[in-house]
Amino acid sequence: MSAVPAPAADAPKSAHTAADYKSDYKPIWCPGCGDYSVLSSFTKAFAILDLAPERIAVVSGIGCSSRIPAYTSCYGFHGVHGRSLAAATGLKLARPDLTVVVASGDGDGYSIGGNHFLHACRRNADLTYVVMDNHVYGMTKGQPSPTTEPDWDSKLSPGGTGLRSFNPLVIALAAGANFVARAFAGDPNGTAEIIAEAIRTPGFSFVEVMSPCVTFRPEQREWKHHVRPSPVPATDDAAKAARRLMTDDGFNIGVLYKGDRPPYQPPMGKGRKTPADLERGFAI
Amino acid sequence: MSTRKPTRKRAAKTAKRPAPKPVKQPAGKAVAKRAEAPPRRGAAPRTRGPGADAARSVAELMSYAYALEAEAAERYAEFAEVMEAHNNREVAELFRKLARIEHKHSEQILEEMGWTSPPRPPSTGYRWEGPEGPETADITDLHYLMQPYHALQIALHNEKRAEKFFASLARKATAASVRKAATEFMDEETEHVRLIEEWLARTPKPAKDWALDPDPPAYHD
Ligand SMILES: Cc1ncc(C[n+]2csc(CCOP(=O)(O)OP(=O)(O)O)c2C)c(N)n1
Ligand code: SF4
Ligand SMILES: [Mg+2]
Repeated sequence: MSAVPAPAADAPKSAHTAADYKSDYKPIWCPGCGDYSVLSSFTKAFAILDLAPERIAVVSGIGCSSRIPAYTSCYGFHGVHGRSLAAATGLKLARPDLTVVVASGDGDGYSIGGNHFLHACRRNADLTYVVMDNHVYGMTKGQPSPTTEPDWDSKLSPGGTGLRSFNPLVIALAAGANFVARAFAGDPNGTAEIIAEAIRTPGFSFVEVMSPCVTFRPEQREWKHHVRPSPVPATDDAAKAARRLMTDDGFNIGVLYKGDRPPYQPPMGKGRKTPADLERGFAI
Repeated sequence: MSTRKPTRKRAAKTAKRPAPKPVKQPAGKAVAKRAEAPPRRGAAPRTRGPGADAARSVAELMSYAYALEAEAAERYAEFAEVMEAHNNREVAELFRKLARIEHKHSEQILEEMGWTSPPRPPSTGYRWEGPEGPETADITDLHYLMQPYHALQIALHNEKRAEKFFASLARKATAASVRKAATEFMDEETEHVRLIEEWLARTPKPAKDWALDPDPPAYHD
């Protein structure tokens, strides 16, 4: 298990600054996009934890939000749409020494990747899953996603979809995620703290970040007037957390549930198959 | 913009607070340590609310002022990079200029206090009214077609918020030295507001259809 322990009060100064985790590639998100801020929270979280960039792997799928790995100096895998969790789980099980952080969007993570989401929560491998939720498919120009409000009227969904929106936090909790939090891109330092705590917590940690898409959902600029710190501290009681999440209005920010389920990590070493062993099985 | 006046320097010196040691921990709630001796356990805070701890001593006020300017500078520098990447060079240059100005302010605070490195944040982290400092531009304020006038409007809004912040600290302060220093900061922010208003008056106003893009990202008939 490689969950990163909390530093001791007298721990020496972090040898890293947020800048150490930024690559030379300049992000090309739309000016004003919340994802810039989430990128900065990733790098600040890594600096808080003082992790060497080569000990971290950032894995993603496809979407504006999924561009994040390229903008970090860590190992990165910009994978297939909706499959980031499958790739990340494989990586974590094969290399438990790495800190694996997964970046996704509401389309990538809840539509095409919805099934992987359920089973990743259930499996509880030691991953941190950060979903930048803007209630829209940004990259493909504004189609509704599972978290889009049923009455969101747009050229591509005239009159709204009429479909009930997905509640990712409740679903994560019901499926077995060990850590459930909501963050807001407009608070990069607070989001960094939450991501750092998610990484420190063993098992599958899910962080939903409200990250405005100013191009297709300009009204999300108003989110900053609605978000508030959660009035109650995190609970380890899943039933209590579920009740809170079912009744909250989607604007409470903070760690909402933190459990202690041991992470899934099959034994390494003896009995472990190598690629050569597998190939032998297919030899003609 | 204006340079620091000597009066606050005196106030800072007479406060007789030791200069904080170099930062030993990265900023963050879990690991941040106080720069100075914490108040006695159980001691009731004299003031409450956002930034209330900044009103307790000149050193704490200066640490807040430093954080406010440094964070604002960092955000303007990020904005400049974003606008550069989108080839909006005029606005990028303006944000660079704003970043330089705010950075200079933060350096002046270090110099006045004789601090060789940034002060440590309070143990609770900085308590602003919102998630970030009052002079820090909101991340969603940008638009790819924005013009220098818009950038200055953002700056004006931020200077006004900073002015209000220091005014509220001056009101909350119980020590005369803190009230005096907070009032000086407030006066400086008032001066910045005036300077930016003048700058705005010299800057061409955008046409009504400034955001009109003949090839827009969002399709409309
Ligand atoms: C298999 C597959 N299907 C569809 C697409 C098209 N596609 C690319 S990104 C995307 C949605 C992205 O939405 P989201 O994950 O919310 O990311 P955002 O751009 O909003 O950050 C889709 C449907 C694809 N690349 N691959
Ligand atoms: S389309 Fe939306 S999500 Fe994509 S970069 Fe632009 S603002 Fe961000
Ligand atoms: Mg999206």
